[in-house]
Amino acid sequence: MLELGNATGVTGAATVVGLVLLEAIVLYVVYGGLERFLGPALVDAVSGR
Amino acid sequence: MTAELFGVAATTLALFTGFGLLVGLLFGFFGMGGSFLVTPALMVMGYETDVAVASGLAFVFATSVIATLKHRDLGQVDYKLGVLMIAGTTAGIEVGKIGLHYLQSIGLADTVVSVIYVGLLGGIGAFITYQATKGDGGGGLEHDADGEVDADDVPDIAKTIQSYRVPPMISLQGGITVSLWMILAVAFATGLLSGFLGVGGGFIRMPALFYLIGVPVPIAVGTDLFEIVFSGGIGSFLYAMDGAVDLSIVAPLLAGSALGARVGAAATSIVDEDEIKVYFGVMLLLGALAVAVRKIGNFADIPVLRQVSLVIILGAAALVAGAVVVSSIRALREEESSPTPSTAD
Repeated sequence: MLELGNATGVTGAATVVGLVLLEAIVLYVVYGGLERFLGPALVDAVSGR
Repeated sequence: MTAELFGVAATTLALFTGFGLLVGLLFGFFGMGGSFLVTPALMVMGYETDVAVASGLAFVFATSVIATLKHRDLGQVDYKLGVLMIAGTTAGIEVGKIGLHYLQSIGLADTVVSVIYVGLLGGIGAFITYQATKGDGGGGLEHDADGEVDADDVPDIAKTIQSYRVPPMISLQGGITVSLWMILAVAFATGLLSGFLGVGGGFIRMPALFYLIGVPVPIAVGTDLFEIVFSGGIGSFLYAMDGAVDLSIVAPLLAGSALGARVGAAATSIVDEDEIKVYFGVMLLLGALAVAVRKIGNFADIPVLRQVSLVIILGAAALVAGAVVVSSIRALREEESSPTPSTAD
Protein backbone atom coordinates (compact mmCIF):
# COMPACT_ATOMS: atom_id res chain seq x y z
CA MET A 1 0.00 0.00 0.00
CA LEU A 2 1.28 3.49 -0.80
CA GLU A 3 2.12 5.49 2.32
CA LEU A 4 -0.53 8.13 1.67
CA GLY A 5 -3.12 5.37 1.52
CA ASN A 6 -2.73 5.07 5.28
CA ALA A 7 -3.43 8.76 5.93
CA THR A 8 -6.45 9.27 8.18
CA GLY A 9 -8.57 12.14 9.47
CA VAL A 10 -9.86 15.13 7.55
CA THR A 11 -6.42 16.26 6.31
CA GLY A 12 -5.42 12.76 5.27
CA ALA A 13 -8.75 12.19 3.50
CA ALA A 14 -8.52 15.54 1.71
CA THR A 15 -4.97 14.67 0.58
CA VAL A 16 -5.97 11.22 -0.70
CA VAL A 17 -9.11 12.45 -2.51
CA GLY A 18 -7.16 15.45 -3.85
CA LEU A 19 -4.43 13.16 -5.22
CA VAL A 20 -7.00 10.91 -6.88
CA LEU A 21 -8.69 13.98 -8.41
CA LEU A 22 -5.31 15.34 -9.56
CA GLU A 23 -4.44 12.04 -11.23
CA ALA A 24 -7.85 12.05 -12.95
CA ILE A 25 -7.35 15.57 -14.32
CA VAL A 26 -3.76 14.90 -15.43
CA LEU A 27 -4.86 11.71 -17.21
CA TYR A 28 -7.79 13.56 -18.80
CA VAL A 29 -5.42 16.20 -20.19
CA VAL A 30 -2.74 13.68 -21.31
CA TYR A 31 -5.23 11.31 -22.99
CA GLY A 32 -7.01 14.36 -24.46
CA GLY A 33 -3.74 15.44 -26.07
CA LEU A 34 -3.15 11.93 -27.40
CA GLU A 35 -6.70 11.86 -28.75
CA ARG A 36 -6.16 15.18 -30.53
CA PHE A 37 -2.94 13.98 -32.18
CA LEU A 38 -3.73 10.34 -32.83
CA GLY A 39 -7.56 10.37 -32.87
CA PRO A 40 -8.15 11.43 -36.50
CA ALA A 41 -5.64 8.88 -37.83
CA LEU A 42 -7.16 6.16 -35.64
CA VAL A 43 -10.71 6.98 -36.73
CA ASP A 44 -9.58 6.98 -40.37
CA ALA A 45 -7.95 3.58 -39.86
CA VAL A 46 -10.96 1.91 -38.19
CA SER A 47 -13.51 3.48 -40.53
CA GLY A 48 -11.55 2.24 -43.55
CA ARG A 49 -10.83 5.69 -45.04
CA MET B 1 12.42 -12.00 -9.11
CA THR B 2 9.25 -9.98 -9.79
CA ALA B 3 9.45 -6.36 -10.97
CA GLU B 4 7.75 -3.96 -8.59
CA LEU B 5 6.56 -0.34 -8.67
CA PHE B 6 5.58 1.39 -5.39
CA GLY B 7 5.73 -2.02 -3.73
CA VAL B 8 3.18 -3.51 -6.13
CA ALA B 9 4.07 -6.30 -8.60
CA ALA B 10 4.24 -5.13 -12.21
CA THR B 11 1.87 -7.91 -13.24
CA THR B 12 -0.72 -6.72 -10.70
CA LEU B 13 -0.35 -3.14 -11.98
CA ALA B 14 -0.85 -4.34 -15.56
CA LEU B 15 -3.88 -6.38 -14.49
CA PHE B 16 -5.43 -3.39 -12.71
CA THR B 17 -4.76 -1.08 -15.68
CA GLY B 18 -6.39 -3.53 -18.11
CA PHE B 19 -9.34 -4.05 -15.79
CA GLY B 20 -9.65 -0.27 -15.38
CA LEU B 21 -9.78 0.14 -19.17
CA LEU B 22 -12.69 -2.32 -19.36
CA VAL B 23 -14.63 -0.77 -16.47
CA GLY B 24 -13.97 2.78 -17.68
CA LEU B 25 -15.34 1.96 -21.12
CA LEU B 26 -18.59 0.64 -19.63
CA PHE B 27 -18.79 3.48 -17.12
CA GLY B 28 -18.37 6.17 -19.80
CA PHE B 29 -20.88 4.42 -22.05
CA PHE B 30 -23.62 3.60 -19.50
CA GLY B 31 -22.94 5.89 -16.51
CA MET B 32 -22.99 2.89 -14.22
CA GLY B 33 -21.06 -0.22 -13.28
CA GLY B 34 -17.95 1.06 -11.49
CA SER B 35 -18.34 -0.29 -7.98
CA PHE B 36 -20.63 -3.01 -9.36
CA LEU B 37 -17.56 -4.55 -11.03
CA VAL B 38 -14.54 -3.32 -9.04
CA THR B 39 -15.55 -3.97 -5.42
CA PRO B 40 -16.44 -7.69 -5.83
CA ALA B 41 -13.28 -8.25 -7.92
CA LEU B 42 -11.07 -6.69 -5.22
CA MET B 43 -12.73 -8.77 -2.52
CA VAL B 44 -12.14 -11.97 -4.48
CA MET B 45 -8.48 -10.89 -4.88
CA GLY B 46 -8.20 -10.96 -1.09
CA TYR B 47 -8.53 -7.28 -0.13
CA GLU B 48 -10.43 -6.43 3.08
CA THR B 49 -14.04 -5.40 2.54
CA ASP B 50 -13.54 -1.79 3.71
CA VAL B 51 -10.46 -1.37 1.46
CA ALA B 52 -12.33 -2.89 -1.51
CA VAL B 53 -15.38 -0.65 -0.98
CA ALA B 54 -13.34 2.52 -0.28
CA SER B 55 -10.88 2.02 -3.16
CA GLY B 56 -13.80 1.14 -5.48
CA LEU B 57 -15.56 4.36 -4.49
CA ALA B 58 -12.43 6.49 -5.01
CA PHE B 59 -11.98 4.86 -8.42
CA VAL B 60 -15.63 5.53 -9.34
CA PHE B 61 -15.27 9.16 -8.23
CA ALA B 62 -12.18 9.78 -10.37
CA THR B 63 -13.53 7.90 -13.40
CA SER B 64 -16.82 9.81 -13.20
CA VAL B 65 -14.84 13.09 -13.25
CA ILE B 66 -13.11 12.04 -16.47
CA ALA B 67 -16.28 10.64 -18.09
CA THR B 68 -18.27 13.77 -17.14
CA LEU B 69 -15.60 16.04 -18.65
CA LYS B 70 -15.74 14.03 -21.87
CA HIS B 71 -19.57 14.12 -21.95
CA ARG B 72 -19.36 17.88 -21.31
CA ASP B 73 -17.13 18.23 -24.40
CA LEU B 74 -19.90 16.51 -26.37
CA GLY B 75 -22.61 18.78 -24.87
CA GLN B 76 -24.17 15.84 -23.06
CA VAL B 77 -24.38 17.10 -19.46
CA ASP B 78 -27.44 19.01 -18.21
CA TYR B 79 -26.05 20.76 -15.10
CA LYS B 80 -29.40 22.23 -14.03
CA LEU B 81 -31.02 18.79 -14.11
CA GLY B 82 -27.95 17.31 -12.41
CA VAL B 83 -28.13 19.72 -9.45
CA LEU B 84 -31.88 19.11 -9.03
CA MET B 85 -31.30 15.35 -9.20
CA ILE B 86 -28.57 15.60 -6.52
CA ALA B 87 -30.97 17.48 -4.20
CA GLY B 88 -33.85 15.01 -4.67
CA THR B 89 -31.61 11.94 -4.60
CA THR B 90 -29.89 13.00 -1.35
CA ALA B 91 -33.28 13.38 0.40
CA GLY B 92 -34.42 10.02 -1.01
CA ILE B 93 -31.25 8.23 0.16
CA GLU B 94 -31.82 9.46 3.74
CA VAL B 95 -35.39 8.12 3.76
CA GLY B 96 -34.27 4.87 2.10
CA LYS B 97 -31.65 4.38 4.83
CA ILE B 98 -34.40 4.70 7.48
CA GLY B 99 -36.30 1.89 5.76
CA LEU B 100 -33.13 -0.22 5.63
CA HIS B 101 -32.41 0.36 9.33
CA TYR B 102 -35.96 -0.70 10.19
CA LEU B 103 -35.57 -3.94 8.23
CA GLN B 104 -32.20 -4.54 9.93
CA SER B 105 -33.87 -4.12 13.33
CA ILE B 106 -36.36 -6.88 12.55
CA GLY B 107 -33.68 -9.09 10.92
CA LEU B 108 -35.11 -9.06 7.40
CA ALA B 109 -32.74 -6.60 5.69
CA ASP B 110 -30.50 -9.07 3.85
CA THR B 111 -33.33 -11.17 2.41
CA VAL B 112 -35.60 -8.26 1.41
CA VAL B 113 -32.77 -6.15 -0.05
CA SER B 114 -31.37 -9.12 -2.00
CA VAL B 115 -34.76 -9.99 -3.51
CA ILE B 116 -35.56 -6.35 -4.42
CA TYR B 117 -32.04 -5.75 -5.81
CA VAL B 118 -32.14 -8.82 -8.06
CA GLY B 119 -35.75 -8.06 -9.04
CA LEU B 120 -34.93 -4.44 -9.93
CA LEU B 121 -31.78 -5.31 -11.90
CA GLY B 122 -33.60 -8.06 -13.81
CA GLY B 123 -36.84 -6.09 -14.20
CA ILE B 124 -35.22 -2.91 -15.49
CA GLY B 125 -32.88 -4.96 -17.70
CA ALA B 126 -35.78 -6.94 -19.22
CA PHE B 127 -37.90 -3.78 -19.69
CA ILE B 128 -35.15 -1.82 -21.44
CA THR B 129 -34.13 -4.73 -23.64
CA TYR B 130 -37.77 -5.35 -24.63
CA GLN B 131 -38.42 -1.66 -25.37
CA ALA B 132 -35.25 -1.30 -27.42
CA THR B 133 -35.72 -4.49 -29.44
CA LYS B 134 -39.40 -3.65 -30.01
CA GLY B 135 -38.09 -0.58 -31.82
CA ASP B 136 -40.95 1.80 -31.01
CA GLY B 137 -40.43 2.44 -27.34
CA GLY B 138 -38.72 5.76 -27.54
CA GLY B 139 -35.62 4.56 -29.33
CA GLY B 140 -33.83 6.35 -32.10
CA LEU B 141 -33.50 9.79 -30.53
CA GLU B 142 -31.19 12.12 -32.38
CA HIS B 143 -27.69 12.26 -30.95
CA ASP B 144 -27.46 16.04 -31.31
CA ALA B 145 -27.66 17.21 -27.70
CA ASP B 146 -28.61 20.74 -28.70
CA GLY B 147 -31.41 19.65 -31.00
CA GLU B 148 -35.10 19.43 -30.12
CA VAL B 149 -36.36 15.98 -29.17
CA ASP B 150 -38.96 14.54 -31.55
CA ALA B 151 -42.24 14.05 -29.63
CA ASP B 152 -42.59 10.55 -31.13
CA ASP B 153 -39.29 9.55 -29.52
CA VAL B 154 -40.33 10.46 -25.98
CA PRO B 155 -41.53 7.44 -23.94
CA ASP B 156 -45.25 7.48 -22.99
CA ILE B 157 -44.57 7.66 -19.23
CA ALA B 158 -42.31 10.68 -19.77
CA LYS B 159 -45.02 12.36 -21.88
CA THR B 160 -47.49 11.89 -19.02
CA ILE B 161 -45.02 13.29 -16.48
CA GLN B 162 -44.22 16.25 -18.77
CA SER B 163 -47.98 16.94 -19.07
CA TYR B 164 -48.25 17.78 -15.34
CA ARG B 165 -47.55 21.50 -15.64
CA VAL B 166 -47.23 22.41 -11.96
CA PRO B 167 -45.08 25.59 -11.73
CA PRO B 168 -42.23 26.29 -11.72
CA MET B 169 -41.52 24.66 -15.07
CA ILE B 170 -37.88 23.83 -15.87
CA SER B 171 -36.41 23.83 -19.40
CA LEU B 172 -33.92 21.04 -20.03
CA GLN B 173 -31.54 20.18 -22.88
CA GLY B 174 -33.32 18.80 -25.93
CA GLY B 175 -36.15 21.36 -25.63
CA ILE B 176 -37.88 19.44 -22.82
CA THR B 177 -39.96 21.32 -20.26
CA VAL B 178 -40.80 19.52 -16.99
CA SER B 179 -42.25 20.63 -13.67
CA LEU B 180 -39.60 21.09 -10.97
CA TRP B 181 -41.72 18.94 -8.66
CA MET B 182 -41.75 16.05 -11.14
CA ILE B 183 -37.94 16.14 -11.41
CA LEU B 184 -37.60 16.20 -7.62
CA ALA B 185 -40.14 13.36 -7.28
CA VAL B 186 -38.23 11.17 -9.76
CA ALA B 187 -34.91 12.05 -8.06
CA PHE B 188 -36.38 11.30 -4.64
CA ALA B 189 -37.74 7.92 -5.83
CA THR B 190 -34.38 6.89 -7.33
CA GLY B 191 -32.57 8.07 -4.18
CA LEU B 192 -35.02 6.12 -2.03
CA LEU B 193 -34.18 2.89 -3.86
CA SER B 194 -30.47 3.72 -3.86
CA GLY B 195 -30.41 4.34 -0.10
CA PHE B 196 -32.58 1.33 0.62
CA LEU B 197 -30.44 -1.02 -1.44
CA GLY B 198 -27.12 0.57 -0.42
CA VAL B 199 -25.95 0.92 -4.03
CA GLY B 200 -24.75 3.82 -6.22
CA GLY B 201 -27.94 3.72 -8.24
CA GLY B 202 -26.64 4.54 -11.74
CA PHE B 203 -28.62 1.56 -13.06
CA ILE B 204 -31.82 3.16 -11.68
CA ARG B 205 -31.09 6.85 -12.47
CA MET B 206 -30.05 6.56 -16.10
CA PRO B 207 -33.25 4.73 -17.19
CA ALA B 208 -35.34 7.00 -14.91
CA LEU B 209 -33.97 10.12 -16.62
CA PHE B 210 -34.88 8.70 -20.03
CA TYR B 211 -38.14 6.83 -19.36
CA LEU B 212 -39.65 9.12 -16.69
CA ILE B 213 -38.37 12.60 -17.59
CA GLY B 214 -37.76 12.09 -21.32
CA VAL B 215 -34.10 13.14 -21.42
CA PRO B 216 -32.24 11.72 -24.48
CA VAL B 217 -30.04 8.73 -23.56
CA PRO B 218 -26.59 10.37 -24.11
CA ILE B 219 -27.63 13.34 -21.91
CA ALA B 220 -29.10 10.93 -19.33
CA VAL B 221 -25.71 9.15 -19.16
CA GLY B 222 -23.73 12.42 -18.94
CA THR B 223 -26.01 13.92 -16.28
CA ASP B 224 -25.97 10.69 -14.27
CA LEU B 225 -22.16 10.73 -14.32
CA PHE B 226 -22.18 14.38 -13.17
CA GLU B 227 -24.23 13.28 -10.15
CA ILE B 228 -21.84 10.39 -9.43
CA VAL B 229 -18.94 12.89 -9.20
CA PHE B 230 -20.56 14.29 -6.05
CA SER B 231 -21.84 11.07 -4.48
CA GLY B 232 -18.54 9.28 -5.25
CA GLY B 233 -16.46 12.21 -3.97
CA ILE B 234 -18.32 12.42 -0.66
CA GLY B 235 -18.26 8.63 -0.22
CA SER B 236 -14.51 8.46 -0.97
CA PHE B 237 -13.80 11.26 1.48
CA LEU B 238 -15.72 9.56 4.29
CA TYR B 239 -13.93 6.23 3.75
CA ALA B 240 -10.55 7.98 3.31
CA MET B 241 -10.95 9.49 6.79
CA ASP B 242 -10.54 5.93 8.10
CA GLY B 243 -7.51 5.36 5.85
CA ALA B 244 -9.32 2.70 3.82
CA VAL B 245 -8.52 4.04 0.32
CA ASP B 246 -5.55 2.16 -1.15
CA LEU B 247 -3.83 4.37 -3.76
CA SER B 248 -1.81 1.45 -5.11
CA ILE B 249 -5.14 -0.01 -6.28
CA VAL B 250 -6.78 3.23 -7.41
CA ALA B 251 -3.82 4.69 -9.40
CA PRO B 252 -3.35 1.83 -11.92
CA LEU B 253 -7.12 1.24 -12.23
CA LEU B 254 -7.53 4.92 -13.05
CA ALA B 255 -4.70 4.87 -15.62
CA GLY B 256 -6.78 2.35 -17.59
CA SER B 257 -10.23 3.73 -16.91
CA ALA B 258 -9.26 7.29 -17.91
CA LEU B 259 -8.74 6.00 -21.44
CA GLY B 260 -11.73 3.64 -21.35
CA ALA B 261 -14.09 6.37 -20.09
CA ARG B 262 -13.10 8.67 -22.98
CA VAL B 263 -13.74 5.89 -25.50
CA GLY B 264 -17.04 4.90 -23.83
CA ALA B 265 -18.31 8.49 -23.62
CA ALA B 266 -17.38 9.15 -27.25
CA ALA B 267 -19.15 5.93 -28.27
CA THR B 268 -22.50 7.24 -26.93
CA SER B 269 -22.44 9.88 -29.67
CA ILE B 270 -21.72 7.30 -32.39
CA VAL B 271 -23.67 4.15 -31.51
CA ASP B 272 -27.43 3.98 -32.17
CA GLU B 273 -29.49 4.66 -29.03
CA ASP B 274 -31.47 1.43 -29.30
CA GLU B 275 -28.17 -0.45 -29.31
CA ILE B 276 -27.04 1.44 -26.19
CA LYS B 277 -30.27 0.39 -24.48
CA VAL B 278 -29.94 -3.26 -25.55
CA TYR B 279 -26.39 -3.44 -24.16
CA PHE B 280 -27.47 -1.70 -20.96
CA GLY B 281 -30.40 -4.13 -20.58
CA VAL B 282 -28.23 -7.21 -21.22
CA MET B 283 -25.65 -5.92 -18.72
CA LEU B 284 -28.36 -5.54 -16.07
CA LEU B 285 -29.87 -8.97 -16.79
CA LEU B 286 -26.48 -10.68 -16.44
CA GLY B 287 -25.80 -8.50 -13.38
CA ALA B 288 -29.06 -9.75 -11.83
CA LEU B 289 -27.99 -13.34 -12.51
CA ALA B 290 -24.56 -12.72 -10.96
CA VAL B 291 -26.00 -11.08 -7.84
CA ALA B 292 -28.58 -13.88 -7.47
CA VAL B 293 -25.84 -16.53 -7.71
CA ARG B 294 -23.71 -14.68 -5.12
CA LYS B 295 -26.64 -14.29 -2.73
CA ILE B 296 -27.50 -17.99 -3.05
CA GLY B 297 -23.83 -18.77 -2.40
CA ASN B 298 -23.88 -16.64 0.76
CA PHE B 299 -27.23 -18.03 1.93
CA ALA B 300 -26.34 -21.69 1.35
CA ASP B 301 -22.68 -21.16 2.33
CA ILE B 302 -21.31 -22.39 -1.01
CA PRO B 303 -18.12 -20.32 -1.55
CA VAL B 304 -17.63 -21.48 -5.15
CA LEU B 305 -20.85 -19.69 -6.17
CA ARG B 306 -19.20 -16.36 -5.24
CA GLN B 307 -16.43 -17.12 -7.76
CA VAL B 308 -19.05 -18.16 -10.34
CA SER B 309 -20.85 -14.86 -9.72
CA LEU B 310 -17.65 -12.91 -10.37
CA VAL B 311 -16.94 -14.88 -13.55
CA ILE B 312 -20.47 -14.11 -14.82
CA ILE B 313 -20.18 -10.37 -14.14
CA LEU B 314 -16.64 -10.05 -15.53
CA GLY B 315 -17.57 -12.15 -18.56
CA ALA B 316 -20.64 -9.97 -19.13
CA ALA B 317 -18.53 -6.82 -18.80
CA ALA B 318 -15.94 -8.07 -21.30
CA LEU B 319 -18.66 -9.22 -23.71
CA VAL B 320 -20.62 -5.95 -23.58
CA ALA B 321 -17.46 -3.79 -23.77
CA GLY B 322 -16.39 -5.76 -26.85
CA ALA B 323 -19.83 -5.28 -28.40
CA VAL B 324 -19.67 -1.52 -27.74
CA VAL B 325 -16.30 -1.29 -29.52
CA VAL B 326 -17.51 -3.36 -32.47
CA SER B 327 -20.71 -1.27 -32.74
CA SER B 328 -18.68 1.96 -32.67
CA ILE B 329 -16.39 0.76 -35.45
CA ARG B 330 -19.39 -0.40 -37.49
CA ALA B 331 -21.15 2.96 -36.98
CA LEU B 332 -18.02 4.84 -38.07
CA ARG B 333 -17.73 2.70 -41.21
CA GLU B 334 -21.44 3.17 -42.03
CA GLU B 335 -21.06 6.91 -41.53
CA GLU B 336 -18.07 6.90 -43.89
CA SER B 337 -19.94 4.97 -46.60
CA SER B 338 -23.19 6.96 -46.14
CA PRO B 339 -23.85 9.51 -48.92
CA THR B 340 -25.64 11.94 -46.54
CA PRO B 341 -24.05 13.69 -43.56
CA SER B 342 -24.80 12.12 -40.16
CA THR B 343 -26.22 13.97 -37.15
CA ALA B 344 -24.04 11.93 -34.83
CA ASP B 345 -21.59 14.70 -34.04
